[in-house]
Amino acid sequence: MNVSADTKTSNMQVEDPFAAAMAEIDIPGRSLWVDAWHRLLKNRAAVISGIIMLIMLLLVLVGPLLSPWEGDFTDWDHTASPPNFETGHWFGTDAVGRDILVRTLEGGRISLLVGLVATLVSLAIGVSYGAIAGYYGGFTDRIMMRMVDIIYALPFMFFVILLMVVFGRHIVLIFVAIGAVNWLDMARIVRGQTLGLKNTEFVEAARACGVDHKAIIRRHIIPNLLGVVMVYVTLTIPQVILVESFLSFLGLGVQEPMSSWGALVNDGAQDMESAPWTLVFPATFLTVTLYCFNYIGDGMRDALDPKDRA
Amino acid sequence: MSEPVLRVQDLAVNFISHTGGLMRRRERVLRAVNGISFELHPGETIGIVGESGSGKSTLARAILGLIQPNRGRVMWLGENLTELEEEALRQKRKEIQIVFQDPIASLNPRMTAGDIISEPLWTFYPNMARLQVEERTRGMMKMVGLLPNQINRYPHEFSGGQCQRIGIARALVLNPRLVICDEPVSALDVSIQAQIVNLLQDLQKKLGLALIFVAHDLSVVKHISDRVMVMYMGCSMEVSVRDALYHRPLHPYTSALMKSVPIPDPKLAAAARQDSWLTGDMPSPYAPPKGCIFHTRCPYKVKRCEADVPALRRMENGDWVACHRAEELDLSI
Amino acid sequence: MALLEVTDLQVQFETPEGVVEAVTGMDFCVETGETLAIVGESGAGKSQLVMAIMGLLAENGSASGRADFKGQDLMQISPRQLNNIRGREIAMIFQDPMTSLNPFLTIEKQMTEVVMHHQGLRKHEARAHAVEMLRAVRIPDPEERVKQYPHEYSGGMRQRVMIAMGLLCEPDLLIADEPSTALDVTVQAQITQLVGELREKSHMSMILITHDLAVVAEICDRIIVMYAGEMVETGTVDDIFYHPRHPYTQGLLESVPRLDRPSDDELHTIPGNPPNLLDLPSGCRFRDRCIRSREICREKPPLQIREDGCMSRCFIDMDNDEFLPDRGDKGEENAGEDSP
Repeated sequence: MNVSADTKTSNMQVEDPFAAAMAEIDIPGRSLWVDAWHRLLKNRAAVISGIIMLIMLLLVLVGPLLSPWEGDFTDWDHTASPPNFETGHWFGTDAVGRDILVRTLEGGRISLLVGLVATLVSLAIGVSYGAIAGYYGGFTDRIMMRMVDIIYALPFMFFVILLMVVFGRHIVLIFVAIGAVNWLDMARIVRGQTLGLKNTEFVEAARACGVDHKAIIRRHIIPNLLGVVMVYVTLTIPQVILVESFLSFLGLGVQEPMSSWGALVNDGAQDMESAPWTLVFPATFLTVTLYCFNYIGDGMRDALDPKDRA
Repeated sequence: MSEPVLRVQDLAVNFISHTGGLMRRRERVLRAVNGISFELHPGETIGIVGESGSGKSTLARAILGLIQPNRGRVMWLGENLTELEEEALRQKRKEIQIVFQDPIASLNPRMTAGDIISEPLWTFYPNMARLQVEERTRGMMKMVGLLPNQINRYPHEFSGGQCQRIGIARALVLNPRLVICDEPVSALDVSIQAQIVNLLQDLQKKLGLALIFVAHDLSVVKHISDRVMVMYMGCSMEVSVRDALYHRPLHPYTSALMKSVPIPDPKLAAAARQDSWLTGDMPSPYAPPKGCIFHTRCPYKVKRCEADVPALRRMENGDWVACHRAEELDLSI
Repeated sequence: MALLEVTDLQVQFETPEGVVEAVTGMDFCVETGETLAIVGESGAGKSQLVMAIMGLLAENGSASGRADFKGQDLMQISPRQLNNIRGREIAMIFQDPMTSLNPFLTIEKQMTEVVMHHQGLRKHEARAHAVEMLRAVRIPDPEERVKQYPHEYSGGMRQRVMIAMGLLCEPDLLIADEPSTALDVTVQAQITQLVGELREKSHMSMILITHDLAVVAEICDRIIVMYAGEMVETGTVDDIFYHPRHPYTQGLLESVPRLDRPSDDELHTIPGNPPNLLDLPSGCRFRDRCIRSREICREKPPLQIREDGCMSRCFIDMDNDEFLPDRGDKGEENAGEDSP
């Protein structure tokens, strides 16, 4: 291939017809997300955790449908019986004869749902709040963050109990309560990131190009925060699940006959000595989920390392 | 001689920092840009040279309005930019653009090259058809020497020089009349520097741009500038026509700068080896010397220099210098 | 015997996109009292080369070859032994002094730590030595300054402190990686002059890694020009500046804008972009950007070695600037060829 160089604009004038034809087709770009994804896939712990979570998700969604028992069906023939393949109660039953396996899976639905929804709520509120506070800075920032500080100082339990008293123990309430508290952390983190991003040269370049503030936040700030946010989300979900478990433990969580892992653990703890399987199975599911999210979160943080330029 | 498109008059930017504890809070003022004035005509290039701490980057941003100046005027086509409201100033971005120093940092890593170049079009012409935007973007890429089929690639997939081309394309897509280049080649390899400098010169001729070229590298500035302004600690030391400056600088600082520039020629380097007579370090910007700001390091200083601030004044040949002894000194290279 | 003799040095990095050969088959030596410049642009591998010799490669890097320093092969000795040599017999100065100095420790602490460790001096002796060194690099008021922190120094002063720290133990070899790139030209001039003086006083050898040819012209004796991980030309300073053989060297010299030349309308450039180490052309790595390249450049160019030590990795004859007529005679020309 003979290459003659046009020194003026240093554009390579290629005399190879094949190359010229190739030049017509747009080359696809390889975004940083794709790079990060590839790096994540190399992290064995994260991948295994991901697979386990997918299986878990499948189980909690589909499992109860396949089971011969329903969550609130009381099998009077087999109350408080240990795990037994013949009876069909693979995880045993609890004190009133409900199948632990089905209860665990259904409880999983609730726990995971709470984790997901509450996190989404905190994401939606926290990201926009934090980005606005961080970007505009000054008085706006001060007011907004002081409000965060004040809400932060409110005793969480008090708030939840208040909600329960006023609105009754509805499951949606749990989402609201938890989401209402979690967005605070997210807002703080996003604000911190925004403060840093605000001073980068490409944001300055955007301002120099006349891009207005809203577009800068949308196009330049938020996409560059998402990495940190995503990592934080994967670490928030287990946190939320634990909070819900804690509420259930205190008796403020989901109401019977619905259950969550937390509630199951609570029940199981009471019968721990006589019927340990009522505790062991839900607790295992809960713990495994928490571990998996943590591994995935760690993996994501490594994959999204700031030095993610090739 | 046509009317100047840009007239900077006594521009000043101060940065205030607070020191001292809770009890004795004191304010310290850093005069980053301390009364700069110059003019620029259409199609002309003025090089602004200075070392770190000279305030040249701050000056560039103040002219653009990215930093609010504390004093002075920036007259652009007759309008004073410093007095404009935010929205009116934003509209001026169509006419005055900037190319940054760090080619990679000035590009959003999550946007494709095409998006980066198209963004100004989205901003000011939101009703422009997508196809039209794409066409113009590809056209810009070709103009700056990039293959248009790279339009969907991300900044990290390009080399430093190519990233700078993207930056230049972005700056030119709105057809500005003035482009401020803030050390556009300092971060690039030598052979690529040459490419980018040639490209800028080319584009200037083609598009009739006025350029402000800020740099610390005297040799590069020499190639591209018609006139050169030398800055030191926020003040303008000399503003001269290029050839005059490089053959017979008027200010001792300019002369020192030129003597410090190493020459890639062993024999000349050996001959020129001398005591670098620019003594000491730059004084702290919080405690600038009284009188002529350069006097603490000047080998030609006299008593007067310690007390009187020399004003930037016009010499016979039309060039400007801020030195009490400009007439008597012969600093020819 | 040369102070440092490097044979067949290869450096590789594992990256997600594949294995990158940062340095391929480098052979060179540094004599006592000599200043060698390693010149090249980004991606040339010059920093990685010395990192490999000093055992400072990143985790995903690996190196092979020999680096005989005063008879000992640095690539084979244990990390502990290498640690002893580093700082004491071989000192290294990096590009950005701010990140090389610990912002939490005073200059005194950092300097005395080095000296006490390597030379076993006591605290007050070490301190006196440190102050002396600061004075030698022209830091004003060294007794006071030594108690300060890095952020209280200007960029140029920090770099001088780095030089002082490097020289504390009176090393035999000083490796400076782009020492003045981050500095202003007036400060650079001072540092260059300083280094030149120090060199003359002691018989320290120096390896100067830079892309700034002008600085090289001032203080170096010999030059190695690198491109895409390979050595493309070697010679004395006069040889390289006045009779460059390799088209890359020629292009490089021409693209440096010079104050002492009249301003042309255009700067000479080397067309194209810096090499992508994952996607190098076959044969001569420079051929895509070389204005003199021909068909034959698709094959591996021979390493021509002259008696006076000058070398050029090119098909163009060193002596008569024509393409080598009979490249079939690979035996002789490839005498100094690196292993593939």
